[in-house]
Amino acid sequence: MAEPLQPGIGEKPVNSEVMRRHWRTNVCIMTVLLLVWAFVGLGCGILFADTLNKFRLFGFPLGFWFAQQGSIVVFVLLILVYAILLNRLDRKFLGSQDSSQDADTGETSKDDRA
Amino acid sequence: MSIKAWTFLFVGASFTLYLLIAWMSRVRDTKGFYVAGQGVPAAANGMATAADWMSAASFIGMAGLISTMGYAGGAYLMGWTGGFVLLALLIAPYLRKFGHYTVPDFVGDRFESNSARIIAVVCAIFISFTYVAGQMRGVGIVFSRFLEVDVKVGVLIGMTIVFIYATLGGMKGITWTQVAQYWVLISAFLIPAIAISFKLTGIPVPQVGMGGELVETGVTLLDRLDQIHDDLGFDRYTEAFTGKWDKLNVFCVALSLMVGTAGLPHVIVRFYTVKNVRAARKSAFWALFFISILYLTAPATAAFARYYMIQSLHEKSEEELPSWFRSWEPTGLIVWLDDGDGRLEYYGAIDATKSAENEVFRTGKLTGEELEGIRRDHRDWVSTGGASGKDGRRVMTERNLSGPDKDIIVLATPEMAELASWIIALVAAGGLAAALSTASGLLLVISSSVAHDVVYRVIDPKASERKRLFVGRLVIGFAVVIAGIFGIYPPGFVSQVVAFAFGLAASSFFPAIVMGIFSRRVGTLPVMLGMLAGIGFTAAYIIGSVYGGMPSWCFGIGPQGIGVVGMVLNFTVTLSLTPFFPAPSSRVQSLIERIRQPG
Repeated sequence: MAEPLQPGIGEKPVNSEVMRRHWRTNVCIMTVLLLVWAFVGLGCGILFADTLNKFRLFGFPLGFWFAQQGSIVVFVLLILVYAILLNRLDRKFLGSQDSSQDADTGETSKDDRA
Repeated sequence: MSIKAWTFLFVGASFTLYLLIAWMSRVRDTKGFYVAGQGVPAAANGMATAADWMSAASFIGMAGLISTMGYAGGAYLMGWTGGFVLLALLIAPYLRKFGHYTVPDFVGDRFESNSARIIAVVCAIFISFTYVAGQMRGVGIVFSRFLEVDVKVGVLIGMTIVFIYATLGGMKGITWTQVAQYWVLISAFLIPAIAISFKLTGIPVPQVGMGGELVETGVTLLDRLDQIHDDLGFDRYTEAFTGKWDKLNVFCVALSLMVGTAGLPHVIVRFYTVKNVRAARKSAFWALFFISILYLTAPATAAFARYYMIQSLHEKSEEELPSWFRSWEPTGLIVWLDDGDGRLEYYGAIDATKSAENEVFRTGKLTGEELEGIRRDHRDWVSTGGASGKDGRRVMTERNLSGPDKDIIVLATPEMAELASWIIALVAAGGLAAALSTASGLLLVISSSVAHDVVYRVIDPKASERKRLFVGRLVIGFAVVIAGIFGIYPPGFVSQVVAFAFGLAASSFFPAIVMGIFSRRVGTLPVMLGMLAGIGFTAAYIIGSVYGGMPSWCFGIGPQGIGVVGMVLNFTVTLSLTPFFPAPSSRVQSLIERIRQPG
């Protein structure tokens, strides 16, 4: 994640401004999803498991459920969300490359994500 | 029809199917051979990745592991699925954009160094062989238990099948066979689980049934299990951090497996086979989706089997013992040493205040004669009231052989639940599918590492397409033979080296690839030193504690979780050296720019 903002030293991409925005959005989405990943998997499944086990979800102690069921479901959803968001972002980027080199298109994609 | 006849039918039919697919997807160029022509649809690739990923260990071993470990088994479940999140977000799309055939290829090109490429090749080959040996053994075991042929013959049959479809179709043949293998293995896993869930709780969805109430009791399955475990001196099934692993170790094992998964070459290469970056992302979702079907069912099977196991064995007399016990006793996966009262007693660690003692064991690595010797001494001991002979229970306990073998859980659950004989036969075909699919994926990694990365990229870059394809086929054929030999004469360390494979992947590939993608600054030398430091530390620690009896001096972390420390070490060494070494050349800068660009 180091220096995502510096332009390449070699040949420049077609539209470096839009490209940079795309990368920044990508890193942003990724960071948020990885935080959820760590919180649910490592957090609820392990670090807080003994505390959560005092609560119950239907027939399951909650910490146990997170370790053996919940975390896996969340992992699948995380990848789904990532694929949908990024593929939409990519298509927008490629569209903006085709139609014009306008910086505004980059703006739109940034708004949409939020 | 008997179980054996059904098994022959299922195994024969599934093998014919694999060969048919191989013939239909034979290839003529290296692109087809290494990356299936990069035209595999996302969902199909997801399915193939799932079959590739779920090995004999996932299919046969995992539910048993969870069944014995209870809560802590979740470390494996989370580790082996959570890694796909890292893979999907940090690695797969970028390596697909990079577009070459192998992981060492990326390492070599990004860090502009054939030495880095060679380090990566060595890691890839080591990891793959470690893994593939276990798969071939798995094939042999399934054959010998279900079809009563010799383990050697079983391995030979498995080798022949893999040899044909891997050399003929390369990655393309492997991919489509894996799709078929996925269906075989997932139905073999789900059908018994659904049947058992329905039988125990009246709920046909195992994931829900696991939390449901036992039929006609009003007590939930997990509560009942906890209580039985309490009564018999086992750690409570759902309670966290009671067994041999404390919180730190569960954490490190899970994280090691996650990071290791994301760095395993045979999984990563699967993402090279799809059309483009967007397909790679979708494919990662499908992969984990298909994997999760098995991984969400395994803990349910584990809990059901645990309950059945204790209910049907404990306090039962010779005549009351279920038939599955009789049919699995000859395999040595479960051994009963009676104390003379004619009732089987199954206990956990019993404190001195209770007089009850465990009578259920497994053969483990004991030979037939050793076990017979222990049984004879034990009979003497019982008949003479302790005057002569030796208490076999003590001997087995000292050798850490208490409780049944974990492999029996999946293999015998259908029988425990008294399911139809065709379902039992289906499990055999499923186990074979799981082992063969993983073995073929790994063999391709070995082939591409040697034939593509070493022979073509380093030794003979001018090789013609025909020659490269020929070398690829030659190496894969060669690798099948070596893997088969490992399967017939397993090196004693196989089960322990799986931790090794994950530790190495976690401490070498994962940091190198991630820094290669997300930093423009990291150069050749720091990354190589980082990889060497990571691998060196992890390897030394694992070898030291598994063979050298070294205590777990690093915060009490066991060898299975040490990959995390190796990874941190790799990152630290690389990043702290980076400022003192030159940045990558402009050619590499534009490569990084290119792999980050969408499309």
